[in-house]
Amino acid sequence: MANQTNTGNPNVDLAYRRKKNAEEMKHQVISFVLMIALTLVAFFAVGYDQFSHWFSVPFILLLAVVQVAFQLYYFMHMSHKGHELPSLFLYGGVLVAFLTVWAFMTVVWW
Amino acid sequence: MHVEEKLTAETFPASPEKATLEGKNKFLGFWLFLGGETVLFASLFATYLALRDKTAGGPSAEELFRMPLVFVATMLLLTSSLTSVYAIYHMKNFDFKKMQLWFGVTVLLGAGFLGLEIFEFNEYVREGHVFTKSAFASSFYTLVGTHGAHVAFGLLWIVTLMIRNAKRGLNLYNAPKFYVASLYWHFIDVVWVFIFTVVYLMGMVG
Amino acid sequence: MSTVARKKSLIWDYLTTVDHKKIAILYLIAGGFFFLVGGLEALFIRIQLAKPNNDFLVGGLYNQVLTMHGTTMIFLAAMPLVFAMMNAVVPIQIGARDVAFPFLNALGFWLFFFGGVFLNLSWFLGGAPDAGWTSYASLSLESPGHGIDFYVLGLQISGFGTLIGGINFLVTIINMRAPGMTYMRMPMFTWATFVTSALILFAFPPLTVGLIFMMMDRLFGGNFYNPAGGGNTIIWEHLFWIFGHPEVYILVLPAFGIFSEIFATFSKKRLFGYSSMVFATVLIGFLGFMVWAHHMFTVGMGPIANAIFAVATMAIAVPTGIKIFNWLFTMWGGNIRFTTPMLYAVAFIPSFVMGGVTGVMNAAAAADYQYHDSYFVVAHFHYVIVGGVVFALLAGAHYWWPKMFGKMLNETLGKITFWLFFTGFHLTFFIQHFLGLMGMPRRVFTYLPGQGFETGNLISTVGAFFMAAATIVLLVNVVITTAKGQKAEADAWGDGRTLEWAVASPPPEYNFAQTPLVRGLDAFWIEKMEGKKGLTPAEPLGDIHMPNSSILPFVISLGLFIAAFGFMYRTEHSWGLAVGIIGLLITLGSMFLRSVIDDHGFHIHKEEVLEAEKGVKA
Repeated sequence: MANQTNTGNPNVDLAYRRKKNAEEMKHQVISFVLMIALTLVAFFAVGYDQFSHWFSVPFILLLAVVQVAFQLYYFMHMSHKGHELPSLFLYGGVLVAFLTVWAFMTVVWW
Repeated sequence: MHVEEKLTAETFPASPEKATLEGKNKFLGFWLFLGGETVLFASLFATYLALRDKTAGGPSAEELFRMPLVFVATMLLLTSSLTSVYAIYHMKNFDFKKMQLWFGVTVLLGAGFLGLEIFEFNEYVREGHVFTKSAFASSFYTLVGTHGAHVAFGLLWIVTLMIRNAKRGLNLYNAPKFYVASLYWHFIDVVWVFIFTVVYLMGMVG
Repeated sequence: MSTVARKKSLIWDYLTTVDHKKIAILYLIAGGFFFLVGGLEALFIRIQLAKPNNDFLVGGLYNQVLTMHGTTMIFLAAMPLVFAMMNAVVPIQIGARDVAFPFLNALGFWLFFFGGVFLNLSWFLGGAPDAGWTSYASLSLESPGHGIDFYVLGLQISGFGTLIGGINFLVTIINMRAPGMTYMRMPMFTWATFVTSALILFAFPPLTVGLIFMMMDRLFGGNFYNPAGGGNTIIWEHLFWIFGHPEVYILVLPAFGIFSEIFATFSKKRLFGYSSMVFATVLIGFLGFMVWAHHMFTVGMGPIANAIFAVATMAIAVPTGIKIFNWLFTMWGGNIRFTTPMLYAVAFIPSFVMGGVTGVMNAAAAADYQYHDSYFVVAHFHYVIVGGVVFALLAGAHYWWPKMFGKMLNETLGKITFWLFFTGFHLTFFIQHFLGLMGMPRRVFTYLPGQGFETGNLISTVGAFFMAAATIVLLVNVVITTAKGQKAEADAWGDGRTLEWAVASPPPEYNFAQTPLVRGLDAFWIEKMEGKKGLTPAEPLGDIHMPNSSILPFVISLGLFIAAFGFMYRTEHSWGLAVGIIGLLITLGSMFLRSVIDDHGFHIHKEEVLEAEKGVKA
């Protein structure tokens, strides 16, 4: 939400911009804390013997996807205006990536 | 806006990396490149997943991987991602010195990650897990090694930017360069999240 | 043409250029040269197969010629010629002055060039690769000598160039369109370039990875494809075809784009169904990623996988069919002029459709068990590649030659080339459908008499000579035109619809004195229909910012070329590793120089622009 004022207009209120940047930085730190938490949970899930791997593997993959979403949308600003085409092409890559991984897990060994 | 214009905190645009055509092109071009890198790493991951059981008598994932080391390395890299966000935050606030500082911290954390990884690989080699041993070994070293090579390249890149621009501060010519380097650095962390999940964590549970 | 004296020799000018128009000419010359090399290889194949038990070219050497024919034609001829057209035309079609990254554009060319030279040096250094252009792992891992290493390293270097080119065109088209040019006002060739570039972005990384694995296995003791170490040979096939199928769409979509321009121009009528053409192009690109395993039906993936890929493959026929009908409806009711480009376009329709329908036949997985590895497949893909891509490249070369060189190619010679080539093409490949159905396998250096293959093969060989004759006439055409060809106007064909026909032939260095304002689809046609002489400008006349030329792209590519030799010979020669490292240092050092040396370009001043424009209008 912050930093959508790409007007190039030197008269845009500096204090306003500073405030918006600081607010966004706060969100980034919160994201970071959540990412650490997700990482910890993933390590514990794997360390805890009572979970069968049929649960823990999909679970940690889900945690990874969530963490990557934080990285993309917050750290890399993919949620900001002006990122429509980057998103399109990144998801395009994700699609081909998914097809490749799916193929290698199903039709390489038989 | 002229690219070498001397700017002040007030006249520095809100999104300096996109204030010139060159900046817009670099920004978009780099995101596209990351789309391609996604497919590149996916091919490496896919191959690793297909070959991870083929240990040919050598040590397996469960026998080799040390979770405490991997955890520390992960924390270092994840934190370095945050510090690079800080650096860009200061760039947007036109605070060159603080930006340099936080990029410097990023580089130190990244170097720490790389050092741990080199130590880790050394240990593996001593335990008989060498590239030529098996399909598992070849695919492990290629996947994790390619990521490590990307980290090393990123460190060289950021250090070069820091030294090159140390005397002249921020302007609209180098702002896109710093921004793109930080995008690259975040992407390296994205790949690592999948590496620690798919290679190391899944390696422990099968 | 800037009137400021550029004190450069012609060679240095081309070695250091970052101008998309000159890079287009470089791609045209290099691609054209490799087309001749690949054509010669084809001729040798056909001479060998003209009669049973022939001994003109046998065994391992035949395998090398066969492999190099395919590899050269696809990677070193077709792709660069496509890039030549894209470079020559797209920036001008969107009203821009150059591509987004002119330096990278040059780098892309030199990487392709050095990769191609490296690959072809194999002929002189122990033998060319011999495992087919697909280089399947089980065969290629065992291939003695360095042939396959030339393949792996050469294509890797060239591949980087292509990937860079793809990203360049994407950013150019997205960010640098002239004011008023919305996506749905872009010419079809630009749309084709856009979708093609997206395909390049996603298709080349798997090839990169596959080649890395092959290099690891052959040069560094890896175990990716080697069953003895637990590897799997199918992994190569998947990686290769995940690249390889989109690759053929990378070739054919620009061909479709070229024909869209030609049909509209020479029917003097706008393209029928523009929106559906755009949609079909995007859909073909998208589906192109879902079908790769149709090259692997007989590998043993199982009926479910085979069925999925079979159906997905057939689905691509639908948007392709939409395009065919749209081209026909464009011609219907139009004022048709049978120029050389239009002849190719009209011939493309039935030829490509024939290739397309045999494609659907191959797509039926069960039937493919019979067609696979037979001449039926060879016939299919030559029909789509030659009938589609090569016809388009010949058409595009004629169509845009005046824009690139300022002279019209001779129409009479052009028509002779067309008829010779068209006849030869069908003679060679039509009969191959039947050879395949009668059981002749592909990639064989000879066959026994008495199986009914003699007549078909002889006819096929005769056709090859027709195509050779056509090529000679084309070369004569080029030489005569260069020496004393008819000078071309800006609107060289008189009926130009798109922006490239509004600028001089050849255009000035900066393309447009003033960025044009685009008021609709077929932007130039709109202005012409309103009686205007030129385009409506979107900005006042001013200084024009241009990129600097540089020798670094050449040096970066040379470094990789040197490194490849070093790493390839490192186990047999003590200098190998050192040379490899030196090569890498040259490349990395040049990249470093590029990063740290500021490059802000230069300006062509308003007065010079006015002088140049006056000269043009005189």
